[in-house]
Amino acid sequence: MTEAQVEMKTRMDNEANNVKFSTRGVHVFYGDKEALKGVDLDINNNEVTALIGPSGCGKSTYLRCLNRMNDTVDSARVTGSILLDGADVYDRKVDVVQLRARVGMVFQKPNPFPKSIYDNIVYGPRIHGLASTKTEFDEIVETSLKKAGLWNEVKDRLDSGGTSLSGGQQQRLCIARAIAVSPEVILMDEPCSALDPIATARVEELIDELRENYAIVIVTHSMQQAARVSQRTAFFHIGEIVEHGNTEQIFTNPREERTRDYITGRFG
Amino acid sequence: MPNDHIVTSYDKELENLRSSIARMGGLAETQIAGAVDALFKRSAERAQQVVEADKALDDLEIAIEKDAISILARRQPMATDLREIVSALKMSSILERIGDYSKNIAKRVTAINETDNFRIVRTVGDMAHLVQKMLKDVLDAYIDQDAVKAMDVWERDAPVDELYNSLFRELLTYMMEDARSITPCTHLLFAAKNVERMGDHVTNLAEIVFYLVNGEILEDTRPKGDRTSFTVLRPSED
Repeated sequence: MTEAQVEMKTRMDNEANNVKFSTRGVHVFYGDKEALKGVDLDINNNEVTALIGPSGCGKSTYLRCLNRMNDTVDSARVTGSILLDGADVYDRKVDVVQLRARVGMVFQKPNPFPKSIYDNIVYGPRIHGLASTKTEFDEIVETSLKKAGLWNEVKDRLDSGGTSLSGGQQQRLCIARAIAVSPEVILMDEPCSALDPIATARVEELIDELRENYAIVIVTHSMQQAARVSQRTAFFHIGEIVEHGNTEQIFTNPREERTRDYITGRFG
Repeated sequence: MPNDHIVTSYDKELENLRSSIARMGGLAETQIAGAVDALFKRSAERAQQVVEADKALDDLEIAIEKDAISILARRQPMATDLREIVSALKMSSILERIGDYSKNIAKRVTAINETDNFRIVRTVGDMAHLVQKMLKDVLDAYIDQDAVKAMDVWERDAPVDELYNSLFRELLTYMMEDARSITPCTHLLFAAKNVERMGDHVTNLAEIVFYLVNGEILEDTRPKGDRTSFTVLRPSED
């Protein structure tokens, strides 16, 4: 395909997939330091987008722009346009708590609340007023845990502490907690880096299932993981996107030399 | 490759793989030349040398396969590295096959020596020389990572097919004229077919080099020049 055809195809793909997040010219400054230098990227529904790149390349910073987690960093300043379903996420009228309900997040280290498994799940729905009766909450707990593939392992001990679970189970609990508020997008910042290979495989399978209903963005240091779980991959380097596109293409035939050097382990 | 891997042993492993392929390619070339030499010299002894030398190609193929599998398992290669390893696996099995064809031609030398029509033996030999040159060039293309050169080789299979077509008809004619020529001519026909197949395999090598360099699979199907499957010659009624 010629470059024009590729561009055309990408545009048509975007329309067909319907873009969830459209981000253009995103700059992030931490004080004087420019951490992101004008990033353009679309995040599609029902797709997993993997963000890869060496430490300090800006991938987590970008991820944290999507649900305004950077607001919690005093020195951080974000410019550019970040549109969720066409609406500006950084608009002053946007309620950040509502935004984070729509755009959930799972972190590197499982961080369940020091509460029971049950309370971990119902915490979000309760503060967002998504349910009122015990039956409704029970139902949310069950469906969330089922979607996160954890129900069968914990259904008989919903009252035990979330922190009593194994690392892999805790991470799935955190995913269940994110799902409980019916988000539209799930952001994952190295969700498997603290997990063993079996727990990692479970989470990866879960990611693949969740893709049916959500747009997922995952930051990972494992190239193999990005290749396994994502449909699209964006390679970040020193605050810029060097290349993004179809995951298979990125990992078999990257167009940019910097991408190739990074994914083949040639970065000096 | 412009840049080295962070892990230097990885570079060394890939380098070994490349040089093994180059070595196999060189051997495969030598085997074609040897088979032609045995045909031209009408030497059973020379032919036997070619038959015995095939073992080296078989051994190299196995060694390359083992190395490639080991790299795949330990390094989880990506992008150019991945293409390099997949290409090496495919190329080694093609080169081994090309070696088999040379060996098969060598085995037929004694039977072919029964004919006194040396001109037609020469035609088969000339065909083999064309293929040998193609093989040499595709290996150069591999070493130089030169897709244009590889495509040039890819185009050059058509004359080989043409030679084979005309040889096929010619041999049929001889066999119809003189039943005693059937044995050597049949063996020559197989030898010619072997050379024609080697040519096809060389075009496959060219496609692999194209993929290795460009990362795209060549999907154009090469026009098939071998029409002998449809050729019918009828004896004249007299």
